Amino acid sequence: MRFTFDGRPMRGEPGDTLAAALLRNGVRVVGHSVELGRPRGVFTAGPEEPNALVRVGADPMLAATVVELYDGLEAWSLRGKGRLTPDAADDRPDDRRCDKGYLHCDVLVIGGGPAGLAATAAAGRSGARVILVDDQPSLGGDLLNSRVLLDGAPALEWVAGLTLPARILTRTTAVGYYDHNYVVAVERRARGERLWHIRARRVVLATGAHERSLAFPGNDRPGVMLASAARAYANRYGVRPGRRAVVFACADSGYTAALDLLAAGVEVAAVVDPRPAGLTVAAEVPAEVLAGAVVTGTTGDAAGVLTGVLVGERHFEADLLAVAGGWNPAVHLFSQSQGRVRFDEGLQAFVPGTSAQAERSAGACRGLYGTREAIADGHTAGTEAAEAALSSRTALGARAALGGRAAGSRAGETGGTAGSRAGEAGGTAGSWAGEVGWGVAPLRVPECDEQPLRPPAALWVVGDPVPGGTEAVEPAFVDLQRDVTVADLVRAAGTGMRSIEHVKRYTTAGTGADQGKTSGAVVVGVMSALLGAGPGEVGTTTFRPPYVPESFATLAGRDRGELSDPVRTTAMHDAHVARGAVFEDVGQWKRPWYFPRDGESMQAAVLRECRAARTAVAAMDASTLGKIDIRGSDAGAFLDRIYTNMYSTLPVGACRYGLMCGADGMVFDDGTTTRLADDHFLMTTTTGNAAAVLDWLEEWHQTEWPDLDVSFTSVTDHWATVAVAGPRARQIISVIAPGALELAFMRYASTAVLGVAGRVFRISFSGELAYEVNVPWRYGRALWETVLELGAVPYGTETMHVLRAEKGFPIVGQETDGTVTPQDLGMSWIVSRRKPDFVGRRSHSRPDTARADRKRLIGLLPEDPAALVEEGAQLIAGEGAPSGGVVPMLGHVTSSYRSATLGRTFSLALARNVAVGDRLTAVSGGAAHGVTVVEPVFYDPENARRDGDPLPAGVAVPYQGECRAESPATAFAARFGAVSTETVRLREVPFESMWEVRGADPGVGLRLGPSWWFISGNFLPGPGWVDVSDQRTILELSGPGAEDVLITGCPIDLHPDVFPGHAQTLLAQTSVLLERRAPDTYRIYVRSSFTKYLAEWLIDALAAL
Amino acid sequence: MLLIDCPHCGPRDETEFRYGGQAGIAYPTGETSDARWAEYVFLRDNPKGWFRERWFHVHGCRTWFDVERHTVTHEIRNTT
Repeated sequence: MRFTFDGRPMRGEPGDTLAAALLRNGVRVVGHSVELGRPRGVFTAGPEEPNALVRVGADPMLAATVVELYDGLEAWSLRGKGRLTPDAADDRPDDRRCDKGYLHCDVLVIGGGPAGLAATAAAGRSGARVILVDDQPSLGGDLLNSRVLLDGAPALEWVAGLTLPARILTRTTAVGYYDHNYVVAVERRARGERLWHIRARRVVLATGAHERSLAFPGNDRPGVMLASAARAYANRYGVRPGRRAVVFACADSGYTAALDLLAAGVEVAAVVDPRPAGLTVAAEVPAEVLAGAVVTGTTGDAAGVLTGVLVGERHFEADLLAVAGGWNPAVHLFSQSQGRVRFDEGLQAFVPGTSAQAERSAGACRGLYGTREAIADGHTAGTEAAEAALSSRTALGARAALGGRAAGSRAGETGGTAGSRAGEAGGTAGSWAGEVGWGVAPLRVPECDEQPLRPPAALWVVGDPVPGGTEAVEPAFVDLQRDVTVADLVRAAGTGMRSIEHVKRYTTAGTGADQGKTSGAVVVGVMSALLGAGPGEVGTTTFRPPYVPESFATLAGRDRGELSDPVRTTAMHDAHVARGAVFEDVGQWKRPWYFPRDGESMQAAVLRECRAARTAVAAMDASTLGKIDIRGSDAGAFLDRIYTNMYSTLPVGACRYGLMCGADGMVFDDGTTTRLADDHFLMTTTTGNAAAVLDWLEEWHQTEWPDLDVSFTSVTDHWATVAVAGPRARQIISVIAPGALELAFMRYASTAVLGVAGRVFRISFSGELAYEVNVPWRYGRALWETVLELGAVPYGTETMHVLRAEKGFPIVGQETDGTVTPQDLGMSWIVSRRKPDFVGRRSHSRPDTARADRKRLIGLLPEDPAALVEEGAQLIAGEGAPSGGVVPMLGHVTSSYRSATLGRTFSLALARNVAVGDRLTAVSGGAAHGVTVVEPVFYDPENARRDGDPLPAGVAVPYQGECRAESPATAFAARFGAVSTETVRLREVPFESMWEVRGADPGVGLRLGPSWWFISGNFLPGPGWVDVSDQRTILELSGPGAEDVLITGCPIDLHPDVFPGHAQTLLAQTSVLLERRAPDTYRIYVRSSFTKYLAEWLIDALAAL
Repeated sequence: MLLIDCPHCGPRDETEFRYGGQAGIAYPTGETSDARWAEYVFLRDNPKGWFRERWFHVHGCRTWFDVERHTVTHEIRNTT
């Protein structure tokens, strides 16, 4: 394989890491250290690497020890501190397609070494669903790096012979362990990483151990390497990491490394063992063993590369110093899970102590370093984990079975529905091998040729760490990546620091991209010596995710660009786009802000739109307003308790504007609610608050007044709404909805609109004659186009805001901010004094809300009629800008516009202690404008305009054309087809009638919740069925790859043992009803406004497969 | 990411739910002093340890229910 390093062409072997390939090509210096610029080489063979950091392609910083070599790889060394240069990033386009996926299992095993493999084999044979993740390209863990024999044969033959009934994810690093056994892992794929979100009933941690270094002078030279790494390069990659080596063996693993290096043809000059002579295994190593000795320094050439090793007075020529400082169990994930580590005196290392979650460590990560004991421990851990997980799964399954009728019992439809899924064997896209585990023979622990291990030397630093103690010769490093030395720790202790967390932040030890994997133990050891306390008393710093660095591209996955957040669009959206609308975001909605004509500025467009509404007729897409269908014999009584004003007395067919408050008495939302029948209301809410209001109604009903007979169904996406406003609005109504022509103000008619069953409300948010015309969503675009063809000028939210402000109508969230009462808005008239109670009533008489000097809604006219005061400007008394000092703020400007009607600018504001006629100054951003306080109604205070112009004689010709229906997914048909393949197909299911039913079981459909049902298909609707046919679009995903698509955006467990056939849940951050109609066929019922977004998401997901 | 055991839908990720604060705070009826009312509106317990609280399964069955959660360990029990 060809690759380049700093532009130099090199060759490596398949299976090499970049670090192995660099060593293969004789590269000793891979980079220079961040702070001191010292030459550094490869130090480890894994993710703990502190030195060999490189840039590869678009990745600015990777450890060469974890980069798999590929043909054509280009790597560059890093110098100095990193810099983020967006321009440079543009030159290196990142064509990766990262994504995410959700998995669920009984047992998650992290680590594919001896312990993890044994745990997987044991758990899998019990029938549990098992996932094994391992960061290497192939399984084996440390066995990949060793020459150990199992049952007399190479260890990898034992690995190859294992039966592993599990989903196995290689090249996958578990990086985060969160609450309730939620583990996040990153799978490295050639086309881009996948972030796996894994929920496990039980976790077996088999994360192994990291060898550690220790602090001695000159311990950072290229050529100094962990003994385990030297052994890995020799055994696994066939690369000699040097020609002549000295081994610094504080632990027995140093001797294993020495033997492996000898076998690879490396000369071993000496083994330096700090432990007393009686404890060495000198006889086995054909090299000089210096017992009771330590490495006291190193020598280097002009480039700083290792040339020799000092042991007291003696100097050994060597180009490799293999350091075996002992082992640190990799407790990172255990610690992230909130488990408590403890210091083991025998192992001289921190090991897992008390667990906080349903996990158990096995093998080397709890200090069982021997291969045989790790296998035995893993086997026990896997068996126990499966038993515990299966017993909790059984308990859950029994309850799910009682949870109500599954989709299988759909009445009136042919079989083959989701209910029949349960009990079938696996074989879904997830390819669970779980079931095949039954009957697999138990694992036998193989014989192993390893010697028993003796305790390591408790040595962290050579020489006494005292001021000036080690600095005299060469710096002794504790953290190679951050260039932190023993002297730095001495200084930290000298300042009086005792907490290891403080020392970390003071010295930066452990804050590098490697998070101190090789340095943490050394820092603790040195601080322990400095503080005269045991390492267990000093403790560790907190282990935080991610375990290895991850790029933002990985974390973002496909949630970027247009898919970064769900977007809601109305039925008229494409028409708005075609008309050149400029959009604003209101919550997740895209709403037309204004409709500029050729080259028109926003200001000109808004003035023109306002003029049209005041003098002729204009139309706005009002579909985004929340719409809630409210039914039940107590519906009126319920609304009396929720709104500040009275609804139980509202006549059928009448609309009423209402305010609702929180329990704190502050305005929460407003809107008009109409009585459709005695026991049937339609509530409208503000666009941004629709979901919150529905939640609010459910909360009060369920938690306080469950005895009231009332139910709520969102129909926001069922109806498309066009507001037609202006003195000539009646002319348009006479054509599109002649049945609504005679409507009085604040009255409603259920009538044909363009020939389809619609609803017309005569309500006005502008003071002009106005109608809100509703048709089912699929006719929304046809309605909109027709209204515009009839001469209405389209207007956007900005014009709507200006028109309502001219009338002094507040907007919740603009005039209010959660601290404003109805009385503050001057709306005492809407707060009932007759009702015994409503939410917020008692708070209106609290001393704070009842005091006289609260801010109240006022109008402002700037002295300069052309000056537009900035919204948010602060109001102060008097005229002119403040000259300094403390100036009391009286309030702030909430709305500010140019009015075509008034021919000047005007504002609304909240202010205290002011009266009409007062002259104030509005200050913002250095600008000061003189303003005069006026009543907050600027236009038509007598409401003389609300009946508009009479209909001219002989004009009305009812609309004769066809009202074209268009589903939100219609435009996607071709793209759905193009992206579908043999394995997964995507299509829109043709229109079906749909209903939601509350109360008694209708005997058909899907149960969504307690007393809540969803019905689709050909039925004669029963009494009380709420028509929601247009509320959702039905998309169908089918084929063996369907589940592979769903798991990239749906967090729930789709396994047939768990998934009852349908569920309301999230897909791509969007609320959906998911139904499995057949083993590989899923229906996705998605809200109409989210359909375009979800369609784009699904197309992207299929394309990414 | 908490795993919350909805009494109707089974265990689901925290992102499907809305938090509802302390459970068992009844709406005061009848004559209520300013102090008592302010307590209802503004004051909630904030214990270190077991806490009975409300959750709303907003993206699922849209049901309010109570759980006991340990505010230190996040352990959850006794969902009703």
